[in-house]
This record gives sequence, C-alpha cells and structure tokens, in this order.
Amino acid sequence: MSVELTTRQVGDVAVIDAKGRITLGEGSSDFRDTIKGLVVKGQKNVLVNLAEITYIDSSGIGEMVSGYTTVANAGGKLKLLSLTKRVQDLLQITKLYTVFEVYDDEAAGLASFQK
Amino acid sequence: MSAGDQSPKLVTDLVLASSLDSVDAAENHAVSAAESVGMADEDVFRFGYAVREAMVNAVVHGNRYSANKSVVFRISASAGSIEVMIRDHGDGFTTESVADPLAEENLLCQSGRGISLIRAFVDELQVSPAEGGGTVALLRKYVKAGTSAPPQVSEQ
Repeated sequence: MSVELTTRQVGDVAVIDAKGRITLGEGSSDFRDTIKGLVVKGQKNVLVNLAEITYIDSSGIGEMVSGYTTVANAGGKLKLLSLTKRVQDLLQITKLYTVFEVYDDEAAGLASFQK
Repeated sequence: MSAGDQSPKLVTDLVLASSLDSVDAAENHAVSAAESVGMADEDVFRFGYAVREAMVNAVVHGNRYSANKSVVFRISASAGSIEVMIRDHGDGFTTESVADPLAEENLLCQSGRGISLIRAFVDELQVSPAEGGGTVALLRKYVKAGTSAPPQVSEQ
C-alpha cells in the first residue's frame, strides 16, 4: 500500500492524516502534491499526523523537509504530530528533530499555531 | 541454516531491472533472508530499510532508471551475519561525493540522506567502483538475536 492522505480543517489549521508508506514514487509525490495544494489555497498552518505511517524512506523524509520549506516560504508553518517509534528514530538519525516541531497530542499541536 | 554454520551461503542471486518494482523486490528478499537467520524484528526492519536505500541509489542515481541497465543483487547469509551486494552500471559514485546531510547548512536539503541512513542501519557498508564501470555496494549486518539497540547517530 502506498500512502493515503486525508486533509481536514480544524480552525485555521489543515491537519493531514497520513496512512501507509511514504516512499520514492507515488507515495512521496502524493505528499508533495497535497502540501503544494494547501499552500496554493493560502493555507499557512499545516499539521501532519503521522500516527498511521508505517514507513518513510529517505525520499519521503526529503518530501517532508521540502514541504516544511514550501510552507515556511509562504509564511506558514508545517509541524508533525504523533510520530511512531521508527519515524522518531529516523528524525533522530537525520537530525531533523532539530528542524521540525513535533507534538504527541493533537490539541497541543493545534494550540501551538495560536502562539 | 544450522546455528553453528558460520560460512556464508549465497541465498539470492538476481539480475533486476532498473525499476521501483525491483527496489520493492530487493527489500522483500532482504527481509525474508534476515528473518530466516533469526535476526531480531527491529534489526530485520533496519536491514530491509538499508537494502531499500542502497537499491534506490543503484536504480535511480546509478542506472537512472535505464531499461538498458540492470542491477545485480546478491544475498549471502550465515548463522552469524547477512550480506547484500548491489551492483549497478551507472557512471560511478563515491560516498565522499555526498555532502554531509547532518551539517547544519544541509539539514533542509531535500536529498542526500540515503547513505547516512544505510550506515546507521547496518554494521558495515563498502561502496566502491565496479570492474568495467558502475558501483558496487556491500552491506553487512550481524545477527544479534533478540536484541534491538537504538541505531547509532553518526556524523559521517
């Protein structure tokens, strides 16, 4: 299974619920297209829920970084929610935990955009 | 494979097309082989992940998806370790040519993390020019049944 991305609006935050694998090919391009689509619509606040992501390869990690810069360049913020242990390990190895704001709790993640 | 058998045996020997289907197939073969030698679950995941990244390097960066270029994929296993050899027919590649993805100035680069992830997930990685052109990557992971220490963060 590739990735399944569902976007819901909670106040002024777009929450992307991601499920499956974000890997080179369809998975990473779907993720890129979803982020770009939100930015084109003027969305500034994006919270990516990775609770049901089972696998992210280096291409998928690259797309998350690219999404982060795309949203930041448009004056917004992309943050991450509910990382699995494996995704946490990947962010640790790649030092991206120093880049992304990560939340375990959706309410806290949503509230962080209001600060 | 018996527990006392330390001599590596060739368990997979394939010539694969330069496609993402081949990347999936290689990862599946690596995971099956790692499971068959009794590797701990988390180490099986890490080994499969490393093999997938190395195959992506061969297919995408080495052979550039060329229909005229194949990837040689071999797995050798013993009771103590498992080794994968991946050979592409690209223009050649050295790990030194990859910018350090952990350097502050490179953290926001979209690509360049594959090699450091492979290094984090296997015990040994050798990348060298192949005879006649292309690149050979050798990945080895030792079998530590029942253990899964967190991966080491290395500064390349």
